[in-house]
Amino acid sequence: MILVVLENQRGKIHSFSKEAITAGQKFAKQFNTTLNILCLGENADSLKEEASAFSCDSIIIAKHNLIDTYTSDGFAKSLSDIIFDKKPKFTIMGHTYMARDFLPRVSVKQDIPFIGDLTSVDFKGEKIIFSKQVFNAKFLTNIEMDSSVESAILSFQSAAFSSGNIEIGSPKEIEIFDLVLKDSDVRITSEEAFKETSSDVDLSSANFIVTVGRGIENEENIPMMERFVNTVGAELGSSRPVVDMGILPKSRLVGSSGHTVSPDLYLAVGLSGAIQHVVAMKGSKKIMGINTDRDAPIFEIADYAVIGDLFEIIPEITKKMSNS
Amino acid sequence: MKIAVLTKAIPKVKSLKIDSSETWIDDSDVQYVMNEHDTYALEEAILTKEKLNNNSEVIAITMGPRNRSNQIMQEALAKGADSGIIIENDNKITDPLAFAKIFAEQIKDQKFDLIMCGLASYDLGSGQTSVLIGELLGMTTATFAIGTEIGENYIKVKKELESGYSQWIKMSLPASISIQSGLNNPRYTSIKNVMNAKNKKVIIKKVEQEVVTMQGFTKFFVPQNEKQTEFIEGNVDVISDKIISIFKEDLKLIK
Ligand SMILES: Cc1cc2nc3c(=O)[nH]c(=O)nc-3n(C[C@H](O)[C@H](O)[C@H](O)COP(=O)(O)OP(=O)(O)OC[C@H]3O[C@@H](n4cnc5c(N)ncnc54)[C@H](O)[C@@H]3O)c2cc1C
Repeated sequence: MILVVLENQRGKIHSFSKEAITAGQKFAKQFNTTLNILCLGENADSLKEEASAFSCDSIIIAKHNLIDTYTSDGFAKSLSDIIFDKKPKFTIMGHTYMARDFLPRVSVKQDIPFIGDLTSVDFKGEKIIFSKQVFNAKFLTNIEMDSSVESAILSFQSAAFSSGNIEIGSPKEIEIFDLVLKDSDVRITSEEAFKETSSDVDLSSANFIVTVGRGIENEENIPMMERFVNTVGAELGSSRPVVDMGILPKSRLVGSSGHTVSPDLYLAVGLSGAIQHVVAMKGSKKIMGINTDRDAPIFEIADYAVIGDLFEIIPEITKKMSNS
Repeated sequence: MKIAVLTKAIPKVKSLKIDSSETWIDDSDVQYVMNEHDTYALEEAILTKEKLNNNSEVIAITMGPRNRSNQIMQEALAKGADSGIIIENDNKITDPLAFAKIFAEQIKDQKFDLIMCGLASYDLGSGQTSVLIGELLGMTTATFAIGTEIGENYIKVKKELESGYSQWIKMSLPASISIQSGLNNPRYTSIKNVMNAKNKKVIIKKVEQEVVTMQGFTKFFVPQNEKQTEFIEGNVDVISDKIISIFKEDLKLIK
């Protein structure tokens, strides 16, 4: 069997989990086996309602008061017990923060591989070939499992599968799984999630965003960028290292830990295009990169690849446009 | 309190090439540096020790080939780790669980109260190591820490969640925590500290157990372009004219 684990995102199925369902449906067909969707812990019932619109063999509901709120140890113990009982060939999740937080624990408990952060899968006869990014997105690598592996955990990066390809249908069966947990299984308590104070910057509605990456070097170069965005009428965004170095505020951060944006034009300046950045801006209508490195990963998704030094190009455009 | 910082020497990403085996990078002429996220983990461990202000110690631990491990060990000691452990290993292990099992086996007798490391290394990037080791050693685990507060026999961790959310959790010790970038300002070191580091104790361990892997990298390749990309190059004058014309004519973003 194939087991897809849904993630609760404030009462709704996480968008990566929907892609995981598409993946699960494909795996179930490939291996001619059943697809089971697991709704675990908090909001399991509302997830079940939403998941009932998708084609699968069964929906499994597993609840317990000790996992009413998510903790890595509570969820790891629960999923591990379910895998032990059900023996799925593959357990699949989206590669989310939560997946990264608790799936490695399950991998240890069951002594099975967790093959994570996958961007694609290819079935070649008997062989299953996964791939993921390495060396900060410079390269991709194929990953294969040992032939002796009977069960594995997988997590897919966003867009490895499209939620638009989910097969609609309904579960043949709803199953309640009885979790047996002790107080000592959960050694973590969590407070309510909160959003850091929001600010006046509104990246999500901007139609032209210019984002600077580490290529900007230091804050002394920000005025040059500000003159540029003011001249071309764009909003200024930032990559993570630029925020970490204190050059720009977090409110300008684009990426999986910041804003998701889709402007008409996204101009990435001195920014490499790591997956955590790209997932949040690749929906932009047009993408332009300015980079000295012709092999920068940002160019793989760019409509316009400008090869050059930002410190020459940016002021030159500002100058020409101010003069005209 | 005994605090471990796990750190790894990784190649500088600029201008890397795939080697002839196609399963690794050509590392003949590559410069190694401390994995960036680990620099934040090291700083957080030192800050925790300073805050506790008791007999706590920070022990830096790295696994890998001797030379590059030595290099980043000296850096960690110069920045403030009290001592170090180098687990010498020339195997290229690309199975996160196999890697973590060796690591855990080598450090289990140290009885650490707290383990900190960067949330992922920029070479293999599995992002699993801290959680795997935590589970193998029976510790609580947390990932994506953007703040920590040490207590009597617990630690509070501010976790980064998706889309700008954060959350505080409280967990019992011993704990293994992966650190997200930006939560502190990693310190610079002085010449004096670099010299002092040479006198700090470093234990060298060798991996003797057999490595059993269940997954592994089989072939590296360069990503393919997903789009029809127009390359714009030349001198600054040509490039800037072209970009302005794209803004104005092609995309009509600017009147
Ligand atoms: C869990 C997690 C969450 C993350 N969340 C985010 C996130 O939300 N947002 C985010 O951005 N990152 C995030 N990251 C970090 C991400 O993995 C990358 O490290 C980061 O995006 C790289 O930023 P960068 O492109 O600015 O820097 P680098 O990767 O260092 O790239 C700098 C680029 O600038 C180019 N350059 C240098 N000088 C010049 C010049 N003079 N002219 C032109 N080009 C030049 C270089 O060739 C290089 O391509 C996250 C990472 C993790 C693990």
